[in-house]
Amino acid sequence: MLRIYCPYCESVRDEDEFHCVGEAHIKRPERPDELSDQAWGEYLHFRTNPRGEHREIWQHAVGCRQHFNVLRDTESYEIKSVYRINEEPPNVTDPDT
Amino acid sequence: MTQRYSFLQLIRQALKRHEGWTPAWHSVEPKDTYDIVVVGGGGHGLATAYYLAKNHGIRNVAVIEKGWIGGGNTGRNTTIVRSNYLRDEAAHLYEYALKLWEGLSVELNFNVMFSQRGVLNLGHSLQDMRDIERRVNANRLNGIDSEVLNPSDIQEIVPLLDCSPQNRYPVLGASWQPRGGIARHDAVAWGFARAADRLGVDIVEHARVVEIPLTRGTGAVEGVVIEHEDERKFIRARKVACVTAGNSGVVAALAGLKLPIESRPLQAFVSEPLKPCLDTVVMSNAVHGYLSQSDKGDLVIGAGTDGYNGYGQRGSFEIIEETARALCELFPAFSRVRMNRQWGGIVDICPDACPIIGPMPVPGLYFNCGWGTGGFKATPGSGFVFAHTVAEDIPHPLAEPFRIERFHSGALIDEHGAAGVAH
Ligand SMILES: Cc1cc2nc3c(=O)[nH]c(=O)nc-3n(C[C@H](O)[C@H](O)[C@H](O)COP(=O)(O)OP(=O)(O)OC[C@H]3O[C@@H](n4cnc5c(N)ncnc54)[C@H](O)[C@@H]3O)c2cc1C
Ligand SMILES: [Zn+2]
Repeated sequence: MLRIYCPYCESVRDEDEFHCVGEAHIKRPERPDELSDQAWGEYLHFRTNPRGEHREIWQHAVGCRQHFNVLRDTESYEIKSVYRINEEPPNVTDPDT
Repeated sequence: MTQRYSFLQLIRQALKRHEGWTPAWHSVEPKDTYDIVVVGGGGHGLATAYYLAKNHGIRNVAVIEKGWIGGGNTGRNTTIVRSNYLRDEAAHLYEYALKLWEGLSVELNFNVMFSQRGVLNLGHSLQDMRDIERRVNANRLNGIDSEVLNPSDIQEIVPLLDCSPQNRYPVLGASWQPRGGIARHDAVAWGFARAADRLGVDIVEHARVVEIPLTRGTGAVEGVVIEHEDERKFIRARKVACVTAGNSGVVAALAGLKLPIESRPLQAFVSEPLKPCLDTVVMSNAVHGYLSQSDKGDLVIGAGTDGYNGYGQRGSFEIIEETARALCELFPAFSRVRMNRQWGGIVDICPDACPIIGPMPVPGLYFNCGWGTGGFKATPGSGFVFAHTVAEDIPHPLAEPFRIERFHSGALIDEHGAAGVAH
C-alpha cells in the first residue's frame, strides 16, 4: 500500500484514495493536423515504462479531485517527489534539489 | 541422452529406487555464436525455441534466462486456458493454441496436466449479459465451443456458488466453454525446456541480457551481451527474439526502442488444501476475481492488477482486499478458508490487451510480448507462430494482425472493453 502526499490537501493518504493517470510530461502535439501516423501512434500509445524513476500523474480521486505529478521509483516504490502540474520536474539525481 | 518418459520407464526406475533419473535438460555454457538467441526462458520463449528446432530445423539456438526457467509469469499465473475471445484475430490465435494444448502432453512427452474442466465467465448485470451473448455468438461463428448458461445451469455446475437473487453481485448468467480448463504451469516450462533441449537447443539459466549491440551503418542486431556468473560475455547472433513479458520495455530500451506497453504487478494467492469442492473454473470480470481448485486441493485465486506501473513482484494490498471481498460474496462457504501464499508477477499490458508479435524497426530484432494478464493460455500457439515469424522472416498468418505497426495504423484489436478478457 502506497502512502501518497496530496499537495492540495497537504496530507498523506492511502493509495486507494488516488487514481494513477499514467506517465507525466507527455505533451499534446501542437499541430495535430500535420502529424504523421507514426507520430500520432507514438504520442497515444508508446511509453517509457522504466524500471526505476518514473514521472506520473496522479489524481486525488475520492478526495479533492486535483491532479498532480509524482516522481516514483517503480522498483523500490519509493515516492521521491510530489509536485504540481505546472511545476518543473525536479532533478532528483542532484542532491541539492 | 534424455530419457523417454513412459509407464515402463517409471517401473524401471522404481526398481532402481528412483535413483536413475537424469536431469530433464542439460546445464550448458553458452557458445560464442548462435543462429538465433531467444531472450527469456518463460513458457513462450521455450516454446519458441522448441518450434524453431522442430518446425523449422533451426537447432543452433540459445534461450537466455536471467533467473530460472519458468520463474517469471509462467510460474506465477493461475493457469486458466480458454479461447472464447471476442475479436476474430484473437479468437483464431487462442483457439489455435487451445488445439495445441489438447495434444501437448503427447507432443512433449511430458504430462502438462491439461485438464479441460470448463470455464465459466459470470455476468452480474444486464450489460454483462449483453456482452456475454455477443461474445458467445462471435465464438460460435468462429467454431469455438461456447454457450450462454442461466443461473440454474450454473448452480448445477457449481453448487457452492451463491446464485441467489440477494447476492450483492447477483449471478444473472455466464458464458461456458467446456473445452477450457487449467494446466500445470511449471510442467509447461519444464516440458518445453526438455523437448527443446532434446532437439539441441542450449538453455542458459542465470544469464541476464544487459546489452543488445547494433552494427554501425545498417543498425542491425549483432547479438547480445549477457551477464553470467559475474562475467560479461558477447554472444553473436543473426537474430535476437525477445520474449520477456513484464521486462520487455527494459529489454527494448537496450536496442533504443520504446513499446506501447506498461508493466504492472498482477497478483494471485492460494489457500490451504481442501477436499475437492470445485471442479471447474469460475471467473468474474466485474468483481475482479477468478478461481479454480488445483489437484493438490488448494484454491488458486487470481486478483486484479495494480493501478500503476511497478516491477515489485508482490502487488498492492488493497487489491487482495478487493478480490477477497468479492469471492466471499460469491462463495460464502470460502469465507473461513485460510490463504497459504500470495505473490505477484509483472504483466506487460498493451492498450488493446492483445500481444505484439513480430519484427521490430531494428533489423534482426523480434519481440513477442504484451500478453499481459492472459498469455499462459497461448503458450504453445505463441511459440508456434513466433518461431515461424522469426525463422521465415514473414509473420505467420495468425500473427500478422498482431504486428507492432497496428499502433501506428490504428488497427487495434480491442479485447479490453468488450470481452471477458481478464485472464
Ligand atoms: C498472477 C498472474 C496470473 C495469471 N493468470 C493467467 C491465467 O489464468 N491464464 C493465462 O492465460 N495467463 C495468465 N497470466 C499471464 C501469463 O502468466 C503470462 O502472459 C505468460 O505466462 C507469459 O509468458 P512468458 O513466457 O512470455 O513470460 P515469463 O514467464 O514472464 O517469461 C519471461 C522471462 O524473461 C526473463 N527475462 C526478462 N528480462 C530478461 C533479460 N534481460 N535477460 C534474460 N532473461 C530475461 C524473465 O526472467 C522471465 O523468466 C497470469 C499472470 C500473473 C502474473
Ligand atoms: Zn487532495
